[in-house]
Amino acid sequence: MERTIYFKNSPKIIGVCSIGGPKECAGTLGDKIEIKLNDDTFGEKTFEQAESKMLYAVIKNAIKNADKTEKDIDCIIAGDLLNQIISATFAARNFSSGYLGAYNACATFTESMLLGGALIDGGYLNNVVCATSSHFSSAERQYRYPLELGSTRPPQAQWTVTGAGATVLSKSGGGVKITGGTIGKVVDFGVTDVNNMGAAMAPAAADTLYTHFKNTGTSPNDYDIIVTGDLGALGSRLVKDILWEKGYDMNKNHVDCGELIYNVAEKEYQGGSGAGCSSLVFCSYFYEKLLKKEYKKMLFMATGALLSSVSSGQGESIPAIAHAVVIES
Amino acid sequence: MKTSKDCVNQNYLDFVAEISPKTNEKRSLLRAFWVGGFICSIGQGLRYFFQEVVGLTGDELASYVSIVLIFLGSLLTGLGVYDRIGKYAGGGSIVPITGFANSVVSPAMEFKTEGYIYGTAAKMFTVAGPIIVFGVSASVLVGLIYFVIYRIF
Repeated sequence: MERTIYFKNSPKIIGVCSIGGPKECAGTLGDKIEIKLNDDTFGEKTFEQAESKMLYAVIKNAIKNADKTEKDIDCIIAGDLLNQIISATFAARNFSSGYLGAYNACATFTESMLLGGALIDGGYLNNVVCATSSHFSSAERQYRYPLELGSTRPPQAQWTVTGAGATVLSKSGGGVKITGGTIGKVVDFGVTDVNNMGAAMAPAAADTLYTHFKNTGTSPNDYDIIVTGDLGALGSRLVKDILWEKGYDMNKNHVDCGELIYNVAEKEYQGGSGAGCSSLVFCSYFYEKLLKKEYKKMLFMATGALLSSVSSGQGESIPAIAHAVVIES
Repeated sequence: MKTSKDCVNQNYLDFVAEISPKTNEKRSLLRAFWVGGFICSIGQGLRYFFQEVVGLTGDELASYVSIVLIFLGSLLTGLGVYDRIGKYAGGGSIVPITGFANSVVSPAMEFKTEGYIYGTAAKMFTVAGPIIVFGVSASVLVGLIYFVIYRIF
């Protein structure tokens, strides 16, 4: 089973755009976020519309930042967390480009980068936009309780990021490129606690990392930085523990987007999560670092918990997945 | 086909349970105690007020106290304050009748975007529904036990 792919022509990342809600802009990456929202409804009537508008805004601006026009974009690959990925679909309604809806929960961002990269590398398309979003308020109502309900969160819970990010992948141009990646498989260790996503996703994350290191013959030290999507503090620790047992030490150069995004004031919880978490952090912070060549080789892996409110209601455990891409500059 | 039970890796689950952060029980209990007690004191204060100043008695008195507390709970929910109290106090603000008002008003507000009939009205009891069902069932059961004992003795 060959899950690792190597791109021959290395699709380039030629433009990005990020957007964040008020809480995200007040966080550690606040000044790196391109579009900062003061109002998490983004001037819309519902949070679902707001999320869709965020996705629309980042796709539009990423195309502009890449010095392209809408006509140059062959396809948009996008996804989000809402039922039937409505945010992505309603955002794509505004564009004349092709659209492929993608869903792997919070791992959608790297999933779409792998798919977009493969379509470009194979010579089928020239320019592809990959984008994902999530919104705290629209996710809360779908997965948890109404916003105004006075309930407490357990300490292992995470906070869904209000934000979105888009990248433009192209056959030619810029210095940042995707050289390969590893497709994740669905892993389930039987975690049923919907408040403990980090624990549910850690085995899948460890599996993809282990497979990637083994298939490529690399070790964690071969990468300047290893970035995971939204494992949170607890999930990150679990992944490092599992990999340590298998003989890989990534304590030195591992960072988690969920852990990074909020200030320490949120330390009560495990950090950010959501499909927009990894895309927001990549598009605001890491892309700039890659452009400046502060990081030359990065292993970027978004992680997703593939549950629904129905499956958890029926007592099923939480399957998870993680897709990794290697980004070089 | 694999079921969720086949996926269980007990070693891993034990390890997760071991290193997961625990809820600070002492702190939670203390907070719930003082906030819950405070809400109940307000209720008792209202009871004295309606009894001494307005001159109500019996069932009427109890109803008036409940009505005022439900109103306060709903108002604070609408103003976006009750969820903050709940985040701090946990059970202390869920158990009193104000918490019940909060659990009805919050979904009513949340689902207004889906219309007044299929949103607000249909989803108003998504949180409070189970409480009502089990509350009524329990009261029927207690009533039956009371009836039987009353007949025997």
